[in-house]
Amino acid sequence: MSAGVADEEPARRRRGADGEGEDWSRTSIVPPQSIAGRALTLVIAIMTFLASLTVGAVAVIDDAARAWASDIGREVTIEIRPIEGVDTAAEVRRAVALAQEFSGVGAVRALSDTETRRLLEPWLGSGVDLDALPVPRLVVVEVDDPAAVDLSAMREEIDGAVRGASLDDHVAWIDRLRAMAEAMVIGGGGILALVLVALVLSIVFATRAAMAGNSDVIGVLHFVGAEPGFIAREFQRHFLMLGVRGGLIGGGLALLCFVVVALLTRGSAGLPGADQLSAFVGGVAVGPAGYAGVVVLIFCVAILTAATSRWAVHRALNEIE
Amino acid sequence: MIRFENVGLRYGMGPEVLRDLSFHVAPHSFQFLTGPSGAGKTTLLRLLFLSLKPTRGLITVFGRQTSEVGRRELPRLRRRIGIVFQDFRLLDHLTTYQNVALPYRVLGQDEATYRADVVDLLKWVGLGERMHVLPPVLSGGEKQRAAIARALITKPELLLADEPTGNVDPPLARRLLRLFIELNRLGTAVIIATHDLHLMDQVDARRMVLEDGRMEIYA
Repeated sequence: MSAGVADEEPARRRRGADGEGEDWSRTSIVPPQSIAGRALTLVIAIMTFLASLTVGAVAVIDDAARAWASDIGREVTIEIRPIEGVDTAAEVRRAVALAQEFSGVGAVRALSDTETRRLLEPWLGSGVDLDALPVPRLVVVEVDDPAAVDLSAMREEIDGAVRGASLDDHVAWIDRLRAMAEAMVIGGGGILALVLVALVLSIVFATRAAMAGNSDVIGVLHFVGAEPGFIAREFQRHFLMLGVRGGLIGGGLALLCFVVVALLTRGSAGLPGADQLSAFVGGVAVGPAGYAGVVVLIFCVAILTAATSRWAVHRALNEIE
Repeated sequence: MIRFENVGLRYGMGPEVLRDLSFHVAPHSFQFLTGPSGAGKTTLLRLLFLSLKPTRGLITVFGRQTSEVGRRELPRLRRRIGIVFQDFRLLDHLTTYQNVALPYRVLGQDEATYRADVVDLLKWVGLGERMHVLPPVLSGGEKQRAAIARALITKPELLLADEPTGNVDPPLARRLLRLFIELNRLGTAVIIATHDLHLMDQVDARRMVLEDGRMEIYA
């Protein structure tokens, strides 16, 4: 079969004989497949993937920072130092009873001897005799509703009624953690901004490169009397689809990565490394905000690609004229 | 139909490539535009097609001074002019039929309203059997006829052809010339830019000769 016949037959099958049934109003005037078009799709997919991963990472850090502040703020500790001639156990019971009277407070419990020994184990070794040492005793107060509980009143009450007692609301830790978390979120946001700028520039340059290969098409449409708006619409539609395709590939892969990481994290629960990671950032799962961010990103990428092609068409027409 | 009065054109700060052109193209007329290579034939065709603006002088196209025509009006005026390029400028991913039907497509017309016209025109230019073929498969002469058909499909009042016989052998050149004469007989004004003296000798038509940017007209 000659090359001519080989090219002619598929076209004939698509069109029908003698032009009959040749509804080509939906056929794209812009060449559907080109090397530049495929390269553009690939660039968009890669950049969307990287930007989506950054969105996910920032979402995870933001969620973890909120979780840290919330977890620490939901617990206060009463420390009772042993005083000679004072029954420490009775003071502990009094502290527990006092703390339970405050609104917004959940469970209140004194650390058992076993728990206290475990806390001291790294420094004093196992089998510590608590009665032989002046070891402070701890009462853990869980806060159900941080807004309802009056910690300063609790501190005043405990100081007055329980000998050797002091209340630690971890405010110094919370402030430090919050500052660290905010710094991480700001840093993540900065990296995200840089990645987004790189994404925008890559798409703009790749779209312009792809458009340069279509200057002949723009010229022909111009010479057959097409309105600039018609030419721009044709290219915009074509490049919007390229942007959607690239964005879906990159964003879809990133979403798949999020799901896989969440499943792996869940599957490795109990392993030492996973527990360390979980203790540090909580669950390494991207929340709804991260998924929504990726979807918005895909949408923005497609719009940006289409808008750049429209701008390039008008620029090419200005050059022709 | 078209009138040039003391038209001059320069690119940027360079010398004038066209100088003091004054001529008139009447409806239903037939003329050759000739001159050595680099004389400005293609530039003049671009002025006629409203693709360039003169740096001085007046151009009147279909009763409108081009200096007063806004960018939005240009496509409408251009549709009254058909243009054929030496390098054909067919879109390789569209069939011959689709290339010829392109001017209707950009007008947003329903295909049912023009399909028969396109098929008839393709048959008339001898491409009835090649309408579903992609341009890379066509010969030089077939491409040229497809380009001519595309320029004619909307029945323009003026046809501009830039070296239409530059890429074809003499027998086909004569056949294309007969095609242009037939078009002219049907009412279309024709300007053929060529430096092929043999081609011009076959028709008793006005010759506009460009040399060093100036024009001499031989009736």
